[in-house]
Amino acid sequence: MNAFKQRSPWLRYWDLYLMLLPAMLFIIVYKYVPMYGVIIAFKDFNIMKGIMGSSWIGFEHFRQLFMFDEFPRVVRNTIIISFMKLIFGFPAPIIIALLLNELVLKRFKRVVQTFTYIPHFISWVVVGGIVIDLLSPSSGIINKVIQSFGLEPIFFMSDGQWFRWILVFSDNWKEAGWGAIIYLAAILGINDELYQAARVDGATRLRQIWHVTLPCIRSTIVILLLLRIGNVFDAGFEQILVMYNAMVYEVADIIDTYVYRVGLGQMQFGLTTAAGLFKSVIGCGLLIMANWMARRMGEEGIF
Amino acid sequence: MIRSRGEIWFQYFNVAFLSLLSLSMILPFIHIAAKSLSSEAFVLAKEVYFWPKGFTLSSFQYVLENRQFFYSFTNSVFLAVVGTALSMAITILAAYPLSRKNVPFTRFFMVIIVITMFFSGGIIPTYLVVRDTGLLNSIWSLIIPVLMSPFNLILIRNFFMSVPDALEESARIDGASNFRILRSIFVPLSVPALATIAMFYAVGYWNSFFNAMMYITERRWMPLQMLLLQLISEEGVNDLAMIDAFQEVTAETIRAASILCAVVPILCVYPFIQKYFVQGIMLGAVKG
Repeated sequence: MNAFKQRSPWLRYWDLYLMLLPAMLFIIVYKYVPMYGVIIAFKDFNIMKGIMGSSWIGFEHFRQLFMFDEFPRVVRNTIIISFMKLIFGFPAPIIIALLLNELVLKRFKRVVQTFTYIPHFISWVVVGGIVIDLLSPSSGIINKVIQSFGLEPIFFMSDGQWFRWILVFSDNWKEAGWGAIIYLAAILGINDELYQAARVDGATRLRQIWHVTLPCIRSTIVILLLLRIGNVFDAGFEQILVMYNAMVYEVADIIDTYVYRVGLGQMQFGLTTAAGLFKSVIGCGLLIMANWMARRMGEEGIF
Repeated sequence: MIRSRGEIWFQYFNVAFLSLLSLSMILPFIHIAAKSLSSEAFVLAKEVYFWPKGFTLSSFQYVLENRQFFYSFTNSVFLAVVGTALSMAITILAAYPLSRKNVPFTRFFMVIIVITMFFSGGIIPTYLVVRDTGLLNSIWSLIIPVLMSPFNLILIRNFFMSVPDALEESARIDGASNFRILRSIFVPLSVPALATIAMFYAVGYWNSFFNAMMYITERRWMPLQMLLLQLISEEGVNDLAMIDAFQEVTAETIRAASILCAVVPILCVYPFIQKYFVQGIMLGAVKG
């Protein structure tokens, strides 16, 4: 028995470690090897020579990125689009959850939930296709309505003034309903006695929302808000990739689309890896900061 | 419950608002469906709203008879079925050992996995790895590099952790192996959670297109979403229309019909799993 206990854990739990093996192999090959690959951000990468054979050039790529106006503009776009989505998109799921919770007809509530969750499961290709179709100046239904008021059709998808708002609006349309689910779960967890006590004190529904519901889901709100701020560099890659075009690069090109277009399109591997690394490092820093702030505010934090 | 007049009016307003919201979610799809079933003249004249005009199935006939569409559709079905099965297998197998409290090194492995949620090598280095592992232009390039989501792993692990220890102990006394315990106790007990996660994976595979943009250049292996993306950009439609000139079909209606074909499978599965994902999300919401 003693000998059995002293055996190495690797032998003792070999079957458990075997179960873990495929996952770890996957993580190492497709997550950690690329992390090692980011060193090409500091190398004059040449496909023929490979990662090891290419020569070091230090921070040359980073210098190049910030020397021209293009990359700073891309970073600016990323942050602007992200914050527009945050300001106009973050409260929407909370409002939807509160409104759903106020419904007296439970069956109606379920119907609304069914419909508002649907867009979340539709790909950006399809949603982008629908948006482009609806807004098209030649065949779109929206422009038909605009024209029926005697106005000129608007080229929404190629107009820099409109494009970011279309990103914000379509993102909200797609995700707000689904986003409400997590707040609904939090609201369901609220102890009903709190509402009873509030009612005894003569609180109206509105006051109950303000003094009971909102304080009770505060920690959920804070955590999700901080997560969003931590992910500010993710401005919606797939969405923009589907919806943007050369006419709106000026206002819509974000770091990810820039890395993809310039990196793979023009084979600028080193330069765009540097851009990606810049994004990754700052994004990671932001997340850690957000988590630290959550803890400071007395919340549980994300990790 | 006594309701004031203000509260009653609020209910009216609330129902009206949420009805409008629901309608706004569903009307664009109905509009697309109406377009796909209409004939070209009415679509170009912008006379089609939510009901087809000049009813015809020719655009669907065109899309479904198109060989490229058939390839892409089957590719996507393959991704959603085989990819989901493999992803579930690898995630469940990893979640079980990671949920055991008395096994050494599991915390270490957990940390290694969680780090990948916060820091990644980025697009280009990942592309190079996929290329070097020989996956370019293979359908497997859309499965293997995204095989396991750390987030889903954590959800399943948390769920496994909440299974009472007594069940496991009694099975162990009966001489069951770890694998047997996983298969006969943990998996059956977690069906709602697993169904939710499986749906997340399946929808992810069905909807993904960016990896295909990077890794697939041969049209034979394009998944449906990528074909759709090419159709949506105008040139793609013109391409197709030039290949076989089909009088009655316009770009508009072809586009609408193919969009619909990509959405319908999801809408068909959706009601069956909907009952699961509220439960499933809850377990994530408790604390990830």
